[in-house]
Amino acid sequence: MKSNKTDIQILSTPLSLDDCYNFILDESCGGLCLFVGTVRNHNKGKTVTHLDFEAYEGMALKELAKIAATAINEYGVKHIAIHHRQGAVGLTEKAVIIAVSSVHRKAAFEACEFAIAALKERVPIWKKEFLLDGSHWVNARP
Amino acid sequence: MEIKCFGIAKEITASSSLKIDGAIPGDVKSLKEWLKLKYPAFNNINNCLIAVNQEYAEDTVALYPTDEIAIIPPVSGG
Repeated sequence: MKSNKTDIQILSTPLSLDDCYNFILDESCGGLCLFVGTVRNHNKGKTVTHLDFEAYEGMALKELAKIAATAINEYGVKHIAIHHRQGAVGLTEKAVIIAVSSVHRKAAFEACEFAIAALKERVPIWKKEFLLDGSHWVNARP
Repeated sequence: MEIKCFGIAKEITASSSLKIDGAIPGDVKSLKEWLKLKYPAFNNINNCLIAVNQEYAEDTVALYPTDEIAIIPPVSGG
């Protein structure tokens, strides 16, 4: 989903910082903020070997579009790109990129923080964590 | 009525798309109860939400056979 202000994608291929960076560039913007979530090798004391992301793609794109709209309308950013991986993702690979641009830095930092927090709270994407001795869906069990 | 399943819900139901024929649950609350009766493992995981036509739906939302319905286990993107 792409407009001149938002670029929202769920991708099965490696995410590109350049694509997000180039999308948010704007001659009127002096503050760019990019958040990158990468796959780390441990969680809750256990060794993680890789992750597998599953998305309810249609709804996830809609929810991401709502987040992008809020970033623009309430935080005052000019452009926002949100790219999220699906499928198997290895250690150090990028799971998500959120990139925003604004006239000054404050709006960019705040909108970026808002967007990743909102994504983790309500966008229908699920992460399966693979450990040395098994795998499980993150957040599924008490 | 078809119900999309993701993440742990797909494992519990062993299907990415459940089909309910005959008497279908009339609202979101009834669907949640039906799921827990049919698949008791739903009682052992964190609460799932239901999406109707790609929007989160409260318990009172009515369901129709043509709706796009999905079980949304606790999300964990990012």
